[in-house]
Amino acid sequence: MTPSKETLQREQRGALVALPRAEGPVTGTRLTDVDEWGRSEHSRSIARKVFAPLYNNWFRVEWEGLEKIPRKGGALLIANHAAAIPSDAPVIMHGIEEELGRPVYGMADFFFREVPYLGTVWARVGGVAAHPENALRLLRDQGQLTLVFPEGTKGPSKTYADRYRLRRFGRGGFVEIAMRAGVPVIPICVVGAEESMPIVFRLPALARILGVPYVPVTANMLAFGPAGLGLYFPAKFKLRVLDPVTFDVPSGQERYSKSRVMEEAETIRRHMQETLYEMLRERRSVWFG
Amino acid sequence: MAQALESDPEVEMILGMGTREPTVPLERAEFVRADQTYSILSRIVRATQVDTIVHTFLVVDSTRVPGRALHEINVIGTMNLLAAAGQSGSPVRQVVVKSSTLVYGSASTDPAWFREEVPRTSPARSRVERSLLEVEGFVRDFAEDNPATVVSVLRFANVLGTDIVTPISSNLSKPLCPSVSGFDPLLQFVEEDDVVRCMEHVTRNRIPGLYNVAGTGKLPWSEVAEICGTRLLPLSPVATRTVAAPLVRLGLIEFPPELEGLLRFGRGVDTTRITKAGFSCRYTTSGAVESFIRAVRLRRSVGKAPPSYTYEQDVEQFFRHSPAVTHLGGDV
Repeated sequence: MTPSKETLQREQRGALVALPRAEGPVTGTRLTDVDEWGRSEHSRSIARKVFAPLYNNWFRVEWEGLEKIPRKGGALLIANHAAAIPSDAPVIMHGIEEELGRPVYGMADFFFREVPYLGTVWARVGGVAAHPENALRLLRDQGQLTLVFPEGTKGPSKTYADRYRLRRFGRGGFVEIAMRAGVPVIPICVVGAEESMPIVFRLPALARILGVPYVPVTANMLAFGPAGLGLYFPAKFKLRVLDPVTFDVPSGQERYSKSRVMEEAETIRRHMQETLYEMLRERRSVWFG
Repeated sequence: MAQALESDPEVEMILGMGTREPTVPLERAEFVRADQTYSILSRIVRATQVDTIVHTFLVVDSTRVPGRALHEINVIGTMNLLAAAGQSGSPVRQVVVKSSTLVYGSASTDPAWFREEVPRTSPARSRVERSLLEVEGFVRDFAEDNPATVVSVLRFANVLGTDIVTPISSNLSKPLCPSVSGFDPLLQFVEEDDVVRCMEHVTRNRIPGLYNVAGTGKLPWSEVAEICGTRLLPLSPVATRTVAAPLVRLGLIEFPPELEGLLRFGRGVDTTRITKAGFSCRYTTSGAVESFIRAVRLRRSVGKAPPSYTYEQDVEQFFRHSPAVTHLGGDV
């Protein structure tokens, strides 16, 4: 039916309101560059400027195998997780964004979203709540780099006595997501984060009262007093990117064999653990690498 | 129950309809009841046999109606409507229900984008959300019991537009607009014209199923406020409701319970499914915000009182007069 005829008919029937007509899309003018995940490239560039001295002069970060991270298309980056206030996440995100010039979305616990101010800042600099739906949309639909710590809070909450011992890799959810999205998993081994803010002991009772995942007492607090809450030790950071792991399964399935998923996760974990020990064998000094 | 519905102005907006064989008088009690408050509607209903029910009167704004009435309208109203549509020998072949993305709630544990099949992550606390969940439950059961009937449920994101008045729109058109200190959630809006267009699309093409409908993209609340030229009034992140209560009393802001979570964590819905069903919103989220505030500015300058009708009436007019609907019903 032609629009004119339609209009004519409507007039004959005496429509009381003008019906909305399908025309071109209407988009408004944006005032900020906050994207649909809450990340803002503007905020991110400020964060990079602030973090650069720490990255270059304090942690003196060295990468190995950065070329294994694809320059386009989705990939799920996973890494070992450490330090009371994890220093590895900003280091990895900063490094990849500087070197490859593409954004990295860092997935973390929902807990962050609940904390006023921190949650907002975290989202603006590329933090996303670790929900499978979020990971899937980032990886499959948008082809982004997504950083996940499969150990979850079990990683940073471990004490110094357990340093460089990988915790359980959750329920292998990261493998399942990568399978569903049809993207590779790229493991990154981080040495140095453990010593940047080691936990001497934890206060589980206080954590329960405050409703936070853990309350650490760090060596930094003991050494520097209150300043130790945010001041890292200048441990030398070395990161090694391992070969991308691809899975020989069709993507897009709702579920995958749990045994296969767990097996793949365990293989990756073992490989990362061995690499970590290898890197530690090569390390002469905690502070100078 | 009948009196509660009749005395409520919302009843005017009870249904839209497609007609088939406009000869058989209607004997379903619900329609007869509704027509008592709306004589034009009654004449049409009496002269027709209803083929399509478009259920647009669900209340999604708890500031409009007291709690008890909200339950009556949403839950009991839908129950009666579906009972009428589902009785033996019912001519109803299609039911379209206008729901809201409120059914997903808003919590820190939410995904950034809800697909239709992803369940909400937090229990529903506000009355509106509970009633909508209950209503959708009825509709699901109805669809299961009446496989021959085309049942569609449309979950619309927060609506903005030139005419509709919601707590969000009235907040945005005031000089001060509430926010929760330390939170800047991402929100999604749908323009009222798109609401009408979407219901038209689904009805005309008899598309069954459950769909999210929202404009593309999300905007941070602070940016929405900035576009609308209103200043944010940050409320304390603890005891937010207690802090807001006196301000609401003074009429400075509106702060219904369903806004409390939304202004912390925001909400996003995935619209892939409705796009695949052939519908896409004309207005993006930012387009909806901009067209809304342009209308507000015009109204401020021209000094016209805001129109009292909401878009539900537009929908109803559409179903009464649109050639599309009558064609569907074979009325020549």
